[in-house]
Amino acid sequence: MELATWTYEGPPHVGAMRIVTAMRDTHMVLHAPQGDTYADLLFTMIERRDRRPPVTYTTFRAADLGSDTADLLKTSAREAGERFAPQVLLVAASCTAELLQDDPGGLARSLGLGVPVVPLDLPAYQKKEDWGAAETFYRLVRGLHRPVPAEQRQRASCNILGPCALGFRHRDDIAEVRALLGAMGIAINVVAPDDASPADLTRLGEAGFNVVLYPEIAGTAADWLARTHRQPRTHGVPIGVGATRDFIREVADLAGVDPAPAMALERRDCRLPWYSRSVDSTYLTGKRVFVFGDATHAIAAARVGTEEFGFELAGLGTYSRTFARDVRKAADGYGLEALISDDHLEVEAAIAAACPELVLGTQMERHIAKRLGIGCAVISAPAHVQDYPARRAPQMGFEGANVLWDSWVHPLVMGLEEHLLAMFRGDAEFHDEAGASHLGVHATIPVAANEDASSTGGPVWDFQAEAELKKIPFFVRGKARRNTEAFAAERGSATITLDTLYEAKAHYGR
Amino acid sequence: MTAPSPVIRDPGQRAVFCGLTGIVWLHRKIEDAFFLVVGSRTCAHLIQSAAGVMIFAEPRFATAILEERDLAGMADAQEEIDRVVARLIERRPDIRLLFLVGSCPSEVIKLDLAKAAERLSRAHAGRTRVLSWSGSGIETTFTQGEDACLASLVPELPAPLAGASPDLLVVGALADVVEDQFARLFDQLGIPARFLPSRRAALETPVGANTRVLLAQPFLSDTLTALERRGARHIPAPFPLGAEGTTAWIRAAARAFGIASEVVDGAIELPRARAHKALARQRTRIGGQRVAFFPDSQLEPSLARFLKEELNAQIVEIGTPYCDRRILGPELQRLDGLPIHEGNDVNRQLDRVRAARPDLTVCGLGLANPLEAEGLSTKWAIELVFSPIQGFEQAGDLAELFARPLARRDRLAV
Ligand code: SF4
Ligand code: SF4
Repeated sequence: MELATWTYEGPPHVGAMRIVTAMRDTHMVLHAPQGDTYADLLFTMIERRDRRPPVTYTTFRAADLGSDTADLLKTSAREAGERFAPQVLLVAASCTAELLQDDPGGLARSLGLGVPVVPLDLPAYQKKEDWGAAETFYRLVRGLHRPVPAEQRQRASCNILGPCALGFRHRDDIAEVRALLGAMGIAINVVAPDDASPADLTRLGEAGFNVVLYPEIAGTAADWLARTHRQPRTHGVPIGVGATRDFIREVADLAGVDPAPAMALERRDCRLPWYSRSVDSTYLTGKRVFVFGDATHAIAAARVGTEEFGFELAGLGTYSRTFARDVRKAADGYGLEALISDDHLEVEAAIAAACPELVLGTQMERHIAKRLGIGCAVISAPAHVQDYPARRAPQMGFEGANVLWDSWVHPLVMGLEEHLLAMFRGDAEFHDEAGASHLGVHATIPVAANEDASSTGGPVWDFQAEAELKKIPFFVRGKARRNTEAFAAERGSATITLDTLYEAKAHYGR
Repeated sequence: MTAPSPVIRDPGQRAVFCGLTGIVWLHRKIEDAFFLVVGSRTCAHLIQSAAGVMIFAEPRFATAILEERDLAGMADAQEEIDRVVARLIERRPDIRLLFLVGSCPSEVIKLDLAKAAERLSRAHAGRTRVLSWSGSGIETTFTQGEDACLASLVPELPAPLAGASPDLLVVGALADVVEDQFARLFDQLGIPARFLPSRRAALETPVGANTRVLLAQPFLSDTLTALERRGARHIPAPFPLGAEGTTAWIRAAARAFGIASEVVDGAIELPRARAHKALARQRTRIGGQRVAFFPDSQLEPSLARFLKEELNAQIVEIGTPYCDRRILGPELQRLDGLPIHEGNDVNRQLDRVRAARPDLTVCGLGLANPLEAEGLSTKWAIELVFSPIQGFEQAGDLAELFARPLARRDRLAV
């Protein structure tokens, strides 16, 4: 048993949902108890998807155990096939159903649904979300693949593999990478799993090579295509200016085209190199930064931070054990020992011990950094609703590099401001603990001090009413106090009682 | 009065959280308790997702995640629990009450948590009391987790002193501000009232034959049964939602204690008038609107009654995960015979709702945005569980929760 408070990754079937939810005309029957339907909200709330994930849960109950769970699965598969008419039906078990050993895949196939059935085996007690996504994508690719002889493939064409549901900025990365490939005249055969149908997956073999944007998701499938069908894949991920240049060269080589038109985009579009060289950025030199995330984004952030911002790396780590080797190797290059852990308490301790000035991490590290009073930018999944901005905010390509510049510099105290803080240290408003105005650090000025200060000369709060006021959440308490006092003053009451408080509430309530 | 509402069963695919979700509010209500789920990574992920990734420094809940070696019998699960709990208590010596919470996986592999709790209570005697309950999705939905938790407390509660006079036990987690309002009201009426769960010292509330039980939440079937087993008697009542719901609830308690109705009138006159005033404002917005409920918290029949009776809304469909007539009887009397759909199949209900196109659909988080995208206004059911909505002073707030999505639709011009 492993003791966990917060987890970086969900179970493997959530990874499978990230694939089917990204795709079109695909449906999954998940043998699972009703509580597992919570996973829908990850997509509809965090990512704000406008459709339910294409998943039918069997929602078996204790009373069904031992007798009817297999029947329930068959009924669910049949109904899902009829209602949603998918091109492919995936069938999987969640952690509880795995224990029942109903063989969901076999059962669904025995029904003769007239739809190809892809069974998934997702060992819930060994594996996690990213593995589940990679495995699901691989099973789909493998199950639907139609081989095309290498000589019949168009060399200057590729598939873009990896973008999926609940990914960190996948939506915007696709557009950047498309533009880079387009500039070099490389045709895009299929993008998958995002917005791809099973029919699209049957055409993967027609492309000259595969661009793998997120190895965590598409690595397994791309390696299989390379091994079994001699379809080469990219290894570099274009996050940051240097990595984007490398990526352009790698892709141009594979496609046999001139990289120059894509390289030229840097001069037109990319402001990071000049911003980083401009004198006002001198203060960034040697800022200590702690990097933690999925392997791809963490390794990329370490390179960008050191080479393109002039930061000092204070720590590098990942929660993904599958990719531990890559992160260890990268950390080695910076003379650090990688932190490989999915225990957020351990990550918190490591960050506190490293005393960084900036954290580049996930939503979990954002909370850790907030508690420690350090600035933080989010660079990787697991993400939260605010990591799905309305504007385009890619991480990849030249525009992605601009976005990294803006979002990583913002949490740091600006150079000029640092001087001002030092100069005015003694002032009441600008005292030592004030901190940067955009960091939550203002909280060091006890919030209660402003919220709870009663204006003088007005009506007096009696003990009960005062105590009641304290129960109101602090962020609206100030308003409640002011309203109640105004209300009492208007009516000429000298004392505010409980009833005054609630009369006022009723009066001002909408 | 028309016949009470019939209950229609429509088994099929459900889309309701499991009882583990209750930990999200219970751990804040019972201040000296810790909740240790014995389950899978899914269970840990569910609680985290339901808590909205609100990351507290170190929350008072955690999951002992079962691994391959626990299932393959390579590790003795009971020993593993002892090890995890020892580590936990060492790290958090302030824990007075530890709940071992069962899940689907722990139920399916028949992990005996009651036995573990007994053993651990002995091992940590004088320091930490260990109890167990199950929030598994194969046995409980959403709010039934609270029921299971409170039911596990009941046998542990002390007996009253011999010859103790009757007192009132208000059962069901309420926001502190609501609990305090009710405590003052009962105090004014001269009714000695206690609350379960109490904020601190959850295990010190006496219960016995002198106890009269007034439920503050409708989903507490097992807790009620456990209390009755201790000799306590149930006061059936509608739930304290809205001005009239709260009035009926208070009156039911007052009747059980022989309080004259003029005394009640006097005590509730002001707050009740305030509630009416607040509701009058919302009635113009909500009156005549057609509202449908997906099953979520078991509060649905009471909320439908409130909307219909106090705000003149029209109820299109009431879905609820489970409807206990013993508890909801007084509400079912007031619903004009509107049927209650118990345990709805989600796809078939979606078909009905799409056809009926109500003005407001009360549903879970997984359905809300997809329905909004289809042009239907929605209200997240979960907010009705997390917000203070009971009592006179909150009647206006409760109405406002329903009015806001409608007002929003009116405002937006994009
Ligand atoms: S439904 Fe069962 S397996 Fe799923 S989260 Fe709830 S208790 Fe865990
Ligand atoms: S918001 Fe405040 S702290 Fe941040 S850069 Fe601007 S002036 Fe500086």
